[in-house]
This record gives sequence, structure tokens and C-alpha cells, in this order.
Amino acid sequence: MFTVDLLINALIAGVLLGGFYAAVSLGLTVSFGQLNIVNIAHPAFIILGSYIAYMCNSLWGLDPILTGIIFIPVFFLIGVGAYRLYYESFERKDDEALRGLAFFFGVMFIIEVALIMVYGVDFRTVQASYIGQSWKAGAIGVPTRMFVPFCVAIAMFTVVFLYMSRTFNGRAIKAVAQDRLALQLMGADPVKIKQLGFGISIGTAALAGALLIIIIPVEPSVGRLYIGQVFAIAVLAGLGSIPGTLVAGLVLGVAESLVSTFFGPSWAPAVAFGILLAALAFRPQGLFGR
Amino acid sequence: MRMPALKLSAFWICAAVVALVGALLTIFDVVVINKFIFFAGYVVLQYVVLATAWNIMGGYMGYVNFGTAGFFAVGAYASVVLYNLIEAPLALMIPFSGVVCGLLGLAMGYLTLRLRGVFFAIATLAMAIVLETMIINWDYVGGATGAYILRSREMAPFGDYVEFLFFVMLLLAIFAVAVARGLEISKAGRGFIAIRDDEIAAECAGVPTLRLKLIATTVSGFLMGVAGAPFALYVGFIEPSSAFNLVYAVNAIAMPMIGGATTWLGPLIGALLLGTVQQVATVTISSELNLLIVGVVLVFFVIVAPEGIVGLLRKWLGGRRDDR
Repeated sequence: MFTVDLLINALIAGVLLGGFYAAVSLGLTVSFGQLNIVNIAHPAFIILGSYIAYMCNSLWGLDPILTGIIFIPVFFLIGVGAYRLYYESFERKDDEALRGLAFFFGVMFIIEVALIMVYGVDFRTVQASYIGQSWKAGAIGVPTRMFVPFCVAIAMFTVVFLYMSRTFNGRAIKAVAQDRLALQLMGADPVKIKQLGFGISIGTAALAGALLIIIIPVEPSVGRLYIGQVFAIAVLAGLGSIPGTLVAGLVLGVAESLVSTFFGPSWAPAVAFGILLAALAFRPQGLFGR
Repeated sequence: MRMPALKLSAFWICAAVVALVGALLTIFDVVVINKFIFFAGYVVLQYVVLATAWNIMGGYMGYVNFGTAGFFAVGAYASVVLYNLIEAPLALMIPFSGVVCGLLGLAMGYLTLRLRGVFFAIATLAMAIVLETMIINWDYVGGATGAYILRSREMAPFGDYVEFLFFVMLLLAIFAVAVARGLEISKAGRGFIAIRDDEIAAECAGVPTLRLKLIATTVSGFLMGVAGAPFALYVGFIEPSSAFNLVYAVNAIAMPMIGGATTWLGPLIGALLLGTVQQVATVTISSELNLLIVGVVLVFFVIVAPEGIVGLLRKWLGGRRDDR
């Protein structure tokens, strides 16, 4: 059962998967880690992105990655709107703990059921020239359907990381959860900044969703499985740390790939949640926590 | 916060009358009605138990449990294990499932309740999926394909087995509401409210916050397990995706939120109302649309009426009183 080839293949697949996971969790690192908004509907937005990529691909033959990039501004605006609603209804009244969570839970449920009603529970896939090939070197293969999303994920990661660390607004997003008052004194409106941050967070979901449907077929309820992955990564990363998110994503991707290769794919969902529970129980501040 | 109208004795008289009416309906068939009423009524009562159990943690203390479906399913599967081992009767399954889920709740609480409340919420979500994966890979209880449980057709003195299960669930619902109400009016209940309002201040004032939270999560888990115990007998067939259905988690949150999460009356009203609407909608419209309605109603109430129906009623009654 155990061979070196199998191990190397599992490691490569794990790294590729991990880069993608990190991109999927990036939005949550921003919203949960930096803005302190517990958006458990984030994976549902990712699935929504997948279905938009599927729709454009099956109707007009558009490339899923291109679709994802085109829809980033749309998702950004959805995020801005969602934050306005969240702020007016919960945050302003200092009531986000219970009702805010219930709100996002309801949003997640609405997205999932709406997708089921429109598209049914069948698995959907997309067509593109880079899906279904792989580069081979001996017994070691790199499937391009994993490699292309990995590259796009790293590119998205780099852009967001540079924006967050180099621009005024990006730094303000990082600051807003730490000290609202200080931010106000610097001449920035915390609500506008959080709105911007949440818009970026949801915007990444458009592209992440497109990457997801390139990697595996998608049906509406798989979003719930990704709740485990994204929260495991966000917590393991140490909330709000963007480089930590990349490392935690790679750790999870490799762990999951090894488990699914050597123990069977039906155990894979438990890896993320196992890591999450272990991290919460033993190291809630994460690997890179402050 | 004062409870409306019902005094101690009045509560128990109501409970006794409800139990008696349930017994009359199921044993003597005093009113000839469609048997489907019992089949649907069982589900509504099951939601009364789940919503009440959720509210002990969520409503009284503000700790959101997303894993209701996990507790419910573990309760159901604990019954299956007991049935496979010794063909245990329902009377044994219910306390067994309750204790297993109570311990599960205690363990969950012990691991996560020292952290911020939101981590408890995420951990419960994670727990439900870890448990589902474990059940899927556990062949003894049927694995992913599921398992059949044979139930007897007759159950004297009740009309048939579904009527018997309906009556059992009615008693469990009364039990759950009584437990929640008992906690609410006890000293512990005031501690819960103190934790919800300001946990650090409560801790400073000498409220044993961790111990109270562990009590609440244990009791809440126990009641959820109890609600799941007869599930396999009710459907006759159990498989992971139906037992771990997200619908339980959503309803357990939506019902107290709609009814009003701060009192025992809220989840009761919410479960009876939303549960009945869902049963009617599932039969007359479609089950997907009915789920969409739950989601929309939840979001609507959370934004527009944060105190739920009980809060609206209270405001309305209070407003009327002021006018006089």
C-alpha cells in the first residue's frame, strides 16, 4: 500500500490543495480575523461563486477563472451591502454575538436552498482547456486542474497581502479591530473601513468559488464542508495573519491529502475539523497568534 | 425580567391537562382524526424539545450551538447501538441517549467554553461534521448506507405505534419545557442571564461562570439526545444524512429566535408555530420552498424583531396598559 511514489504524489497534491485552501480562507482571515465579523456564510458565498462560474461556462463557454475575476466587483458590492445591513442591525446595537451569528447562519441557509431550487442537488463541473491534463515525470504526475488554480490562488494571495501591508486603507483594515478609536483619530471612518474590508473578503469568494469548481465538481451543500476547512485555517493561522493563512492552508492541504491517500477519502472531512477542534482546545491563539 | 401571567401551579396544571388530552387522543381515540396528525405532530413536538434545549445555551446565555443536528443524531444512533446490542426497549433508549449526549455536551463545553463565545459556536459546527464522518465510517450502525430498525406494529393500549411515539414525545416535550423553566426561575437561571449580559462582570460578582456554562451545555445536550432517541423507531430506517440534517440545526436556532429567546415560552411558541407551518408547507407546497421560508423568516426576525413574538406581545400588552 505504502510506496514512495504514492507519498510524493500525495505531498504534491497536498501542497497544490493547500494553496487553494489558503485562497479560500483568505476572505475569512480578513472578515473574521481582522474585522471581527464571524461570517459563517463565507463558504456559501464561495459556492455561489462556483455556480456563477458554472452558469457562464455552460451558457457562453466563458473561462471559469475569467468569470471569477469579472465577478469580483459584483461580490465586492454584495459584501459592502451585507456589511451595511449587518452594521445597522447588529453591530451598532452591540448585539452581534448571538443575532449576528444567527443572521449569517440564515444567509448561508438561504443561499444553499436557493441554489438547490434553481440547480438541484446534482454535481456540476466546468469545461476548460487546462482541465483533464497532467504533466508526468516518471510515476509522479501533476494534474493541471490543480496546478492552474494553485497559481491563481497564490497570485490572489499576493495581491491582497500587498494591498493590506502597503496601502493606507489596507493598513486601516488591519487596525480597525485592534483600536477603533485610534483609527478614528487618524482620520479614517471605522465603518467605511470595515465596509471596504468586508467587501474585499466577499470579493475573494468570487474567484475562490471559480477555483473550487475547477478542482472538484460542486453541489450546493458542499459549502458546509468547507466551513471546517476555512475556520480551521483561520484559527490555526492565528486570527488575522495573512502569511499564517498560507502556512496553515498548506499544513491542512498536505494533512488531508495524506489521510485521503493512506486511509481513504471518506475520512478526509474529519481532518479539517479534527485540526480545528485540536487548535481550539490546545492552541486557540493559532500558530502565528499575537 | 418578570415572567408573564403563569404561576408555578398554573404551569403544572397546564402541563397535566396537555398530557391528559394527549393520552385521551392516543389511547381512546376520542376524536376521530386523520392518523397523519400524529405523524406530523411528533415532528412538531420533537422541535419543541430541540428548540427548548438549544435555548438553554443560546437564549439564556448567548452561546450559539450550531451542532444541534450532531447531538440529535448521536441520540438517535445511541439508541441504534443499544438496540443492536440488547434489543433494548424505548424506555431504556431515552435515558441512555440523553446521558451520552449530556456527556458529549460536557466534553464540548470543557474544551471550548474557556474561549470567546464564537469559538464555542464554530466548534459545535465542527463537532457535528466530525461525528457524521465517524458514523459514516462505522459499519456496526449501518455506515453510510444506513440501518433498519424493526418496530412492532401495535403498542397497547395505544391506537398504533406512531400514536405511542407521539405520546412519548409529548411527555418529553413537557419534560424539556419544565426543565428549562425550572432552570430559568432558579438561582442558576439568574447566573445564566448575568453571563449573557456581561460575563466578566458576572465573574467579578462571584457568579461561577464556567460551572454554570458546563451545567447548561450538559443539560442542553441531554435534552437534544433525548429528542433523537426515538428517531430511528419513528422512521424505521436511519442513515447519516437524514439524522445529521442541517434542518435540525437551523430550526433549533430559528424557533427560539422567532418565539423569543429570553424565556421558556419563546421556543415553545416558535416551535409550535414554525413546526406546524413547515408540516403544512411540506405537504401542500414543496419541501425546498419550506426550507427557504425558514431561512428568510429567521433572517427577518433577527433583524426586525430581535425579541421575537414574546417580545412583540410584551411590548403590545405593555403599551396597552400604559394607555389606560
